[in-house]
Order: sequence, then C-alpha cells, then structure tokens
Amino acid sequence: MIEGALWRKWVFFYIPLTLFLIFLLFPFYWMIITSFRPDGELYRPWNSVNYNPFWTWKPTLEHVHYLLEETLFGAWLWNTTFIALVSTLISITCGVFAGYALSRLNFPFAGSLGTGIFITYLVPQTLLFIPLAEIIRNYHLGDTPWSLILTYPTFLIPFCTWLMMGYFKAVPKELEECARIDGASRWQAMIYIIIPVAIPGILSAGIFAFTLSWNEFIYALVFLSSPAQKTVPVGVTSELIRGDVFFWGALMAGALFGSIPVAVAYSFFVEHYVSGLTGSVKG
Amino acid sequence: MSQVVIRNANKKYGDVHAVKDVNLQIRDKEFMVFVGPSGCGKTTTLRMVAGLEAITSGDILIGDKVVNDLPPMDRDIAMVFQNYALYPHMSVYDNMAFGLKMRKFEKAEIKRRVDRAAAILDIGQLLARKPRQLSGGQRQRVALGRAIVRDPKVFLFDEPLSNLDAKLRVQMRVELKKLHERLGTTAIYVTHDQVEAMTLGDRVVVMKDGWVQQVGEPLDLYNKPANKFVAGFIGSPAMNFANVTVTEANGSVVAENKGLKIKLPDEVAQRVRAHSSRDITLGIRPEDLTVAGPSDSPDLTFDAAVEVLEQLGSEIIVDTRVGDAMIVASVEPTTKVKLHDTLRLAMRPSRLHVFDQKTEAAI
Repeated sequence: MIEGALWRKWVFFYIPLTLFLIFLLFPFYWMIITSFRPDGELYRPWNSVNYNPFWTWKPTLEHVHYLLEETLFGAWLWNTTFIALVSTLISITCGVFAGYALSRLNFPFAGSLGTGIFITYLVPQTLLFIPLAEIIRNYHLGDTPWSLILTYPTFLIPFCTWLMMGYFKAVPKELEECARIDGASRWQAMIYIIIPVAIPGILSAGIFAFTLSWNEFIYALVFLSSPAQKTVPVGVTSELIRGDVFFWGALMAGALFGSIPVAVAYSFFVEHYVSGLTGSVKG
Repeated sequence: MSQVVIRNANKKYGDVHAVKDVNLQIRDKEFMVFVGPSGCGKTTTLRMVAGLEAITSGDILIGDKVVNDLPPMDRDIAMVFQNYALYPHMSVYDNMAFGLKMRKFEKAEIKRRVDRAAAILDIGQLLARKPRQLSGGQRQRVALGRAIVRDPKVFLFDEPLSNLDAKLRVQMRVELKKLHERLGTTAIYVTHDQVEAMTLGDRVVVMKDGWVQQVGEPLDLYNKPANKFVAGFIGSPAMNFANVTVTEANGSVVAENKGLKIKLPDEVAQRVRAHSSRDITLGIRPEDLTVAGPSDSPDLTFDAAVEVLEQLGSEIIVDTRVGDAMIVASVEPTTKVKLHDTLRLAMRPSRLHVFDQKTEAAI
C-alpha cells in the first residue's frame, strides 16, 4: 500500500485502479447493454437526436428470446460443457501423472522431455489443425463431439503437465519420503499425500484447461459442421452473422450467456486458484 | 535386538564420493549422533540407513538383517525431518495415525497408540488441529509423535531442531533426551551443532568429507581428539592451534614459534620425542588457558596482546595476538583486563594437545 498523504493515495492508487477497471470491464458492460437494447436503438446512427450509446431506457428481452428459441443455443451450450468437461478431465488426469513422473522420478532425459512437452504446446493450432483434420477424417470422427474431445488434449495435456510439474516441484520431497518410511508405497504416497497436497494446483490447471477448451475456436470451426453439433463460440459467430448482417443483440446475448459458466467456475474456485498459482505449500 | 551395523558403506553420486568406507556399529538402545560440517556425508549416511538413498557398496544391517535392498517401509524405522514434513492436509491425529493405517492396524489400537504418544508429548489438546495452526515447537512434537506411535526398531533424526529458535531448541533437546531414556529405542541423530552432539549422544561420530574422523563418547572426543579437525570441531569457543618447531635443549623439549616459546611438560615431551617430525601443531582449549599467577611455571606461560573482549557474564572471552597467531582464552569474569593490555597467559600442562603438522593426526 502507498504511504503518505491522501492525494498520493488517489493519484498513485485509486485513479489508476479506476482507469484500469474501466478498461477491463467496459467490454462486458457493452456486451450486457447491447443484449438488452432494442434493435431500433442498435441500428440508429450515433449522432441522432436523444441518443445515448451507453444506456437504454427501453430494455428488451427480444434478443434473448431469439437466441434461445430461434437458434440452437441450448444445444451449443450443452456441447461446449460436455466437450470442455471431458477433455479437461482427460488432460488433468494425464497432466497430474506426467507432471509427477517428470518432477519426481529420476529417469534419463526427464528434464529435456519436460522441455519437449512444453515446446509441443507452442506449436500454433493454426498449423496443427491441417494434419489433425486429416486424422479426424480417417477415423470418421468429423462432426461429433469426440473430434474435439480427442484433439483438445493435444494442447491441454502439455499445458497441464507443465503446470503440475512446477507445482509438484514445490511440494517438499520430505513429505513423500516420510510417507514411504511410514509404510506407504510410492503409489500410495502419491495418492494419499502428494495429490491431496497438490489440489490447489490441480484445480488451477483444471480451470485453465476448462477455459481454454470452452473458448477454443479453430478446431471447433474446422471439425464441426452441422449446427446442432457446434460449440458456443462457433455457433454464435456462424449462425448469428449471416453474410454481412450482424445480429448484434443476439450475438452479444450469446456471448454473455457463454461467458457466465466460466465466470462462475473462476469465482467458485478463486481461493484455491490463487494459492495454486502462488504455489504455497506450508507444512 | 535392534542394533544398526554399517559395514564398508560407500555412496557415490557420479564422480562425487559422498560417503567413504563407513564402518559403524550402533548398539541396541544407543543414542548415536553424527556430527560434522555441511557436506560431510552425515545426512547421506542417515538416508542410506533409512533406505532413501541406495548404497553404492557395502552393507547395512538393522537388527541382524541385511537391509540393503529393502524399501524404507519394510525397514521398521521412523524418521524425523528437519522441516518436520507433516502432511499439511491432515489433522495432527491423522498425521500420527497415517503410518499405522498404512500398516493396517485396527482402529481401536491406532487410537490407543496415538493417545499414548500424545500424552507422552503433551499434545493431546492439539489432535484436531491442522499443522499450519501449530507453532514450530508444536510441529516438532507432532513429528516426534508420528515417529513414536509406530514403536519402530530405530529412530532416525535429521537435524530435527535446526528450525527452532535458540531457546526452544535447548528445551526440546532436554525433552529428546528424556524421551530416549523413557523409550530406550536405538536412535541415530544427525546434526551440525556440536553442542547438540555432546549433550545428546551416548556416542558421537565426527565426519568430514565423507570420512569418519572419530567415534567415541562425548568426553573422549573432547579430551582425546584423534586429529586436529575433531579437536577444532568439538568445543566452543574452538581450540587454539599454533604451529611450532620443537628442539631438544638441556634434556627438555622446547616448542617455539614467532611469539611463543614453551617447554613441553614431560609426558607430552616423551610423545613428541618418539614422533618423527619436528614440525608439530600445539592445541589448547580457551578454557584451559588462565591468567598466569606467581605459582605458574614460566615454562608454560606466554605474553598475549588483548585485541577483543567479549563479556559473557559467566566468563570473559579474550581474543589475543601471540606472534602471528590469534589465541582465544576464556578467563574468570572477575579478571581485570582491558583492551590493548598485554596479558600473561598460562596453560594447564595436562590439557596440552599435540598434532602432526602434515597429517594433522594427534601425537
């Protein structure tokens, strides 16, 4: 905290903080206001009389109705949730075991293997989707949720492994040694001691992985084609932008409802999540 | 019988030879302390006994059984770590019960044992708490409790008191000693603190660079150090050393350097005569130096210029310059001494140590 006179606090703390908050939150505000603004206001020129772009006096639910009744938004939401949950679960499971092995078992090339895994995470999806599309086609998985559930781990597993590696390294080695002297096998020591201690790390890796797969766009765009199979990001953009016509109200309503689950997930785990990032394990 | 025998044990990490040909027998019910500077191999040796490090060559026996290839869980040992290694997600009770649960003890028996250990260590009121809610001293007790519930053949302690503040350390030291008397379990205790080694150990092993320097009862190490390293390591303030050359004159042996000329007492002189080298190191502990009085023989006294005074109340530590060397003396608190005075110091003849200058072994 900044010490000293009140004006210093304002100049160096509150004013920058306020500016930063406006910068961060304005897009969300815009999204919300657009979702509830009638079409008549949305498509009016900005310099028309009595027009306030930041507020509406005639809020309407017509866009929400349109989104829920005229599009397959419910199906998209379900698809996204299912795909994100299953691929997160797969990635976390693999990431925890791989991270444990890479950080705790001394085998040759453990270090370079860890770096190698991280490098695969850096290969851009815009390159990778071409060969992956070929594989998806060969296995006849196109236009099914499995095409995404099986491809998302290609970037989620390296990510989770890397995060868990760092977390496991921060867990004192003595905990595990003590458990092994106490009569636990290596496996039991991992299950009863190391994993419970690493729960904050696992949760933060999980939230990250969930968000990444929830927001994923390219693979979903390429591998899914029928409207009923789409995920929220792809569904909203492909079904609510027709040619050069933007259904702004419904688009923003879709974006709003699409971001709520992620926001809920974050706020629910926020405490664990922070301690996971700062890696605090205290004996 | 739960003696521990270490036979020709070696540990190499690649090119680093961490433990060299260690041979030790830790007797049943004995409290053995490994002491030495950091990197001397004491912790590695302990971890080899625990089974946390594989031994490169040699044998380790617990009881009468060779345990070289047994995993830690099958060695029937308990270990207390420097950072306590309490399981942070478990209550104190569960921490203590974990080892018993892993060994499939019945619930009632687990409770009985945990309660008994908690009573011994006076932590009964803490059983429901999590480790993070405990103070350092309480954590230390829980770590001890976790070790004693299993009633193992051997306790292994890896610098268990180093994370405590000075006052608590002294208190826990006393409690450890009481605990050992009460339980009588064979114990191996690693520390870098020679005071802990002297006060706790039935016997003490001094190590340096992977070699065992000397094994013996605390007072043996203090009175008859096997070499210059042990002499300097045991005792506080550390022993003074002075490199001297000995000459024979008028039937007596005189040791001399720039600021020092003393006639060695007969008993020491005999040993030095029998020794081949003429270049030796004299060793005298600060507490064996006194301010010379009229009754002190001039043969064993020398002048010392006072450079630093440390008043401890119970004694005065005087850092003095004698020739090129610094000599530390611990003198009576009533001694009248001022900075930059020249003090005439006398050594107790029976407490004079002599070492070979090259090999550093005691003569």
